[in-house]
Amino acid sequence: MTFDFSDYGALLQLVQASVLAGAVLGIVGGLIGVFVMQRDMAFAVHGISELSFAGAAAALLLGVNVVAGSVVGSLIAAAIIGMLGSRARDRNSIIGVLMPFGLGLGILFLALYPGRSGNKFGLLTGQIISVDFDQLGLLLGLSVAVLAVLVVIWRPLTFDSLDPEVAAARGVPSRTLSLVFMLLLGLTVAVSVQVIGALLVLALLVTPAASALRVSSSPVLVPVLSMAFGLVSAVGGILLALPTSLPISPFITSISFAIYLACRLVGWRRSARRRVES
Amino acid sequence: MPALQITQGALGFGGRTLWRSLDLAVEPGEFLAVLGSNGSGKTSLLRAILGRQPLDEGSILIGGEPVRRGDRRIGYIPQQRMIAPGTPLRGRDLVTLGIAGHRFGLPVTSAATRRRAESAIEAVGASRYADRPMGDLSGGEQQRLRVAQATASDPLLLLADEPLTSLDLAHQRGVAELIDRQRREHDTAVVFVTHDVNPVLGMVDRILYLAQGRFTIGAPDEVLRSDVLSALYGTPVEVFRRDGRVFVAGGIESAHHHDEGVDG
Repeated sequence: MTFDFSDYGALLQLVQASVLAGAVLGIVGGLIGVFVMQRDMAFAVHGISELSFAGAAAALLLGVNVVAGSVVGSLIAAAIIGMLGSRARDRNSIIGVLMPFGLGLGILFLALYPGRSGNKFGLLTGQIISVDFDQLGLLLGLSVAVLAVLVVIWRPLTFDSLDPEVAAARGVPSRTLSLVFMLLLGLTVAVSVQVIGALLVLALLVTPAASALRVSSSPVLVPVLSMAFGLVSAVGGILLALPTSLPISPFITSISFAIYLACRLVGWRRSARRRVES
Repeated sequence: MPALQITQGALGFGGRTLWRSLDLAVEPGEFLAVLGSNGSGKTSLLRAILGRQPLDEGSILIGGEPVRRGDRRIGYIPQQRMIAPGTPLRGRDLVTLGIAGHRFGLPVTSAATRRRAESAIEAVGASRYADRPMGDLSGGEQQRLRVAQATASDPLLLLADEPLTSLDLAHQRGVAELIDRQRREHDTAVVFVTHDVNPVLGMVDRILYLAQGRFTIGAPDEVLRSDVLSALYGTPVEVFRRDGRVFVAGGIESAHHHDEGVDG
């Protein structure tokens, strides 16, 4: 691969909007990831992303807005999982059935698509640089909307995720909340598919939160760290990929994995020290 | 006005009657223990009081108002389920969620909520470990924090579902005393579901004993008697007393009751 920093400034201007979209997605992914972990839904994220991929591929084939296709696919998957899989075991089997179906549909649509093959591959492994300006605006808008709703339902959603029985007794509308959460998750996945690709969505929606949980149990520090990890991974990945001829997703996934390893190390050393002290 | 009033209540499960014609009034400050073996409808009774399961017949009033879901005048201690290590939740957070966790909007904890959580934590003697992750705490410590969570909003009625299961004797005593103090000092009515009455025997005012789709209500000395329980179960049941403890042997689900006598 070749690194060329000579006109990095000019490149950066070109991709400014992509960096911004990446940054916002990093933040939203990090935050929603906290709930993905608390509600044990990492597998659901993967399942939704495959249907999102199918939706985007269908949109590509039909010549309509790819982001919209991705959103529709995501929301259908999120709704199915949300309505049928309230219990973890049911949920996992539904996802296990949906996922290959979605992936298969997507591959079919791509095979039928006569256009450039770069676009095809992009849906699976990320293509934010090739997303046009209007679509970037849509991605940004979706992310900000998800962020706003997430903040408003933050407290009851935390209560419902961590202490469901008492939350129900205190009047937290558990069913409504979990459907709203699935909707937010679907939208975030749809955005992520555009940025990092359907196969790698977990790197932005699960890894940052999993890393944060390794080093803290504070309900304030965990989301803040997770958000920071998501931001660093997404933006860092885009910026590093810029002067190379490589796609951005391996950079994002590597940074987020490195952060995870570092957090495991910190958490491990801390608990080893606690064992020595006690 | 009674904190809890059930009139002609009936509830079934899977075509089987759990109980019917249940008339029950629990006054503020009263401590009612609900006894009975597994499947006798103890937990269903709590679910009905929480508004999560409608009665087949009859009505429930909480402080004079019809029962509804999410009535925040009720404090609830759920059946003990250990919180897993690694869960991002400290004791203080659990108590705070109990006070303000139902509120939508910016997740900012007000100073008043923080003070209330603090005093509830102090009241159960959990200050020392309230800032550690719940998953790192022992069952007894977790349960003290659960009492703090359920009493932080000074409820009219406190429901406890087997709150002492899997605690050692010292912690059973400690947690039971916290609940007893809450009703004495704050006039909270207590409905305490348990399969072993011994840890709370000196505290309960009345016992509701459920068995065989029937029930009996009365002071402990009126209910925990061989003739009363034999009539309830419809089969010979023996009640022994020794060192201020009560042991029940016999009944249809006798194996369960034997266990009670041994470990309780």
